[in-house]
Amino acid sequence: MTKKQKKALNRIIVSAVCFLIVALLKHLFPEFEGWISFLFLIPYFIVGLEVLEDAWKGIKNGSVFDENFLMAVATIGAVLLGEFQEGVAVMFFYQVGELFQSYAVGKSRQSISDLMDICPEFANVLDEDGNIHEEDPEDVPVGALIIVRPGERIPMDGIVIEGDSNVDTSALTGESKPLHVKLGSEDISGCVNESAAIKIKTTKLYEDSTVARILELVENSSMKKAKVESFITRFSRYYTPAVCYGALFLAIIPSLITSDWKTWILRALTFLVISCPCALVISIPLSFFGGIGGASRSGILVKGGNDLEALSQMSKIVFDKTGTLTEGRFQIVEAVPSEGNSEEHLLWVAALAESYSTHPIGEILRKGYENESRDILHNVQEIAGHGIRAEINGSPVSVGNLKLMRSDGILIEPVDGIGTVVYVTENKNYLGYIRIADAVRTDTYKAIEELKELQVETVVLSGDDSNTVRQVAEGLGIPSYYGELLPVDKVQHVEKLLSEKLSENEKIAFAGDGINDAPVLMRSDIGIAMGAMGSDAAIEAADVVLMDDNLRKIPLAIRISKKCMRIVKENIAFSLLVKALCLVFAAVGYANMWWAVFSDVGVMIIAVINATRMLKPLKIE
Amino acid sequence: MKKKFKIEVDCANCAAKVEHAIQQIEGVEEASVGFMTQKMVISAAEDRFDEIMEEVIRVAKRVEPDFEILD
Repeated sequence: MTKKQKKALNRIIVSAVCFLIVALLKHLFPEFEGWISFLFLIPYFIVGLEVLEDAWKGIKNGSVFDENFLMAVATIGAVLLGEFQEGVAVMFFYQVGELFQSYAVGKSRQSISDLMDICPEFANVLDEDGNIHEEDPEDVPVGALIIVRPGERIPMDGIVIEGDSNVDTSALTGESKPLHVKLGSEDISGCVNESAAIKIKTTKLYEDSTVARILELVENSSMKKAKVESFITRFSRYYTPAVCYGALFLAIIPSLITSDWKTWILRALTFLVISCPCALVISIPLSFFGGIGGASRSGILVKGGNDLEALSQMSKIVFDKTGTLTEGRFQIVEAVPSEGNSEEHLLWVAALAESYSTHPIGEILRKGYENESRDILHNVQEIAGHGIRAEINGSPVSVGNLKLMRSDGILIEPVDGIGTVVYVTENKNYLGYIRIADAVRTDTYKAIEELKELQVETVVLSGDDSNTVRQVAEGLGIPSYYGELLPVDKVQHVEKLLSEKLSENEKIAFAGDGINDAPVLMRSDIGIAMGAMGSDAAIEAADVVLMDDNLRKIPLAIRISKKCMRIVKENIAFSLLVKALCLVFAAVGYANMWWAVFSDVGVMIIAVINATRMLKPLKIE
Repeated sequence: MKKKFKIEVDCANCAAKVEHAIQQIEGVEEASVGFMTQKMVISAAEDRFDEIMEEVIRVAKRVEPDFEILD
């Protein structure tokens, strides 16, 4: 509890004790009831003086209709009408509610800030003489050498120049598996070094490092407000004056007709207490903040409340192919030996034959076989556009495409599918084929499935040749795909989709790896950049940033946003409904001050508790 | 010039009120007051920044007496 909260709590306790003493006196000496009732003013002023002061300041500054004003008028009115006990009770519970709210909100804020506690406190800088001294990360220049001991947080982005260790990236990515770093690894600030000390050469200033950028994003996110949020702010600006005039009307007109002033003024005061909009004003920003905080714990940075709101309305998502749906680099995706041959032998022959090749395919095939002896390899011939002929242990081998096979006089059933297929023969015997392709990420299948469950349509746009795009899209079950597109064409495509939208509440997302995608990321309703640890342009342009490459974070983000919007809507509907009912009951005289206190404080507490559900982060199932 | 301040503000509604009020100040190009983050961002012309900040503090205090700038 803060100092202010403790003070408020003390006042409430003292006031409660006074209230009980006075109530007891009243009970013991019923003959002096009239006089003793005045003593209720003591607990009233103890607990409510601050509210009265604030209300007075408000009136002086011309901002009349706030909740302090409502409470002051209602309770003073009750006291003047001789309803001392009710007047004190309303003020008392109002203050209890305020204290609870300030405590709950403070707690939630704290718990989110703690989760986002990735801010490094210091950097151990190594000077020329080999001495280590602690410095503020903000003072460390680019190119400095820093030491990160086990258990310490990496203060800025850099490259490992000494040491071998595991780092915990979970605060940034939500991924619990530690990342192995060694000589030459890029190190990301904000991660915690786990096993051994490492020496890092810094490549960025603190303020340009990943950790500083993320902190800034999260801090600024609550400044970009969602439409519902600004709606509520506007709403309360008109609502409070409206109910005040309503109460005035309720106090005067029926009284003139019935000349029963006391009843109607009391009803009008009850009306005022009920009308306080605090429940909405507090619980809605709290839900959004919880949603954004929870998402960032899972490695999803949402730049603002408006973006979180848009995520929940996503109807279509456009994917870039290379590097987003796929790994973005070529590798062996399958090696299929012909009958009677082994996969190991197939790969070994191909790797050895490609030993001296400068072709990218050669490099991929050689990977993992760099230490094989080349002594048994002779007469290597590279035939451009075909492949390689060579001799291994004296027997002739061919590694290449169908054309090479044909010119060798070997007939092979052509193999279909994505990527490049390399056929291998030894002694004119077909050993099998190896497929090299930009493989679809393992998470992609699941992600697309989950998006379908969430009723989000999927589209692929790619600069790759149409055939490859078709095969990748069909393999994933994505019905619409377009290949051979330049970055400009992608923008046009997205614009066309945007113009085809049936309503403003359908949002179109674009997900890319951030390279060359900035224009589309900006143009779409929701730009999602992935694998963004370290990529500045993507962080700038996107609305949602995935800290790693896991596409399943997109359906997760949608689920988080939907949960958040559901809580927000529940709170709006619940508060307005209870208030509307109580207002009607108060106007016709069914609801007394006690109802009023419930509909104000009770509703607010329930709404805040509902909003704090957002603090529990959702996880990928 | 854009500057970020650490602030103390007691409730979401108070923050919204302060934000609304300081946005009306002449010379303030952009202003936002975050209750959750307890931060205020003001952008205003560089040469008049200090003068505008004085006005911001005055207006904010008037609307919300508990409002405070911490650094």
